[in-house]
Amino acid sequence: MAQRYSSFDKGGRMWLLQRVTAAFLLVVLAFHFFLLHFVHHADEVSFLMSAGRMETVSYYSLMVLFLLTATFHGVNGVYNALVNQGLTGTKRTVIKWTLVAASVVLIVQGIRTANAWAGIPLY
Amino acid sequence: MSQSYNRGLIEDFSRWREFEAGMWAWIFHKFTGWVLIGYLFTHIAVLSTAIPASGAETAVLQAGNDVYTQTIVSLEGLLLVRVLEVGLLSVAVFHMLNGTRLLLVDLGVGLESQDKSFYASLILTGAITVASVPTFIAGAF
Repeated sequence: MAQRYSSFDKGGRMWLLQRVTAAFLLVVLAFHFFLLHFVHHADEVSFLMSAGRMETVSYYSLMVLFLLTATFHGVNGVYNALVNQGLTGTKRTVIKWTLVAASVVLIVQGIRTANAWAGIPLY
Repeated sequence: MSQSYNRGLIEDFSRWREFEAGMWAWIFHKFTGWVLIGYLFTHIAVLSTAIPASGAETAVLQAGNDVYTQTIVSLEGLLLVRVLEVGLLSVAVFHMLNGTRLLLVDLGVGLESQDKSFYASLILTGAITVASVPTFIAGAF
């Protein structure tokens, strides 16, 4: 692949992504709490109501994006915290890929759940 | 090139006596972050009961007798879960307010008053949490 100049190094890109996802999560998490605790109430939850929301394309897309950004922001935050505490070398590589694997499991399971509600036969 | 400094570990005995507002903000942000990512994994695990529930008959779903509805309703029926949810709200609200403070500082706004904005985050978190208690506890008794 041809080399091209970019002022971003890898660390810089992750730094920016952590902040971009933070700004997105601020809005969507507030919406999530408000909708599911104040508009609807936690003890009134039912499969059909959850399915009714998830069958809407805009809600489904927002929730999948919410899952992706929250997983990235959370897992990258954990990784940063561990590096900050002095994680280096082989341990750092092992933990990094363990966190990547955990993220993949979380995202796959989250999307399977969303699909089960939305009636998408991919779960 | 970035440079790192050895500041010692925050766990070192009695270091907390030297902490100022910014250090407490850092500790609370880490702590609430760990709680939130832990909760995200638990949340998806519990919601996953929707996968087996989606195979249930329409009548079972309408009656709310499917495994998803039953799991959520029985969890929400426990006072302990409701109290933990209030705790989760306070943790999330603090992380969001302090995160906003960090984003603003990154953008060059409010570094001089970072201690005041940390105290404001704490007070607002307390106020929002207390104001939300009736909604979060409703129906638990």
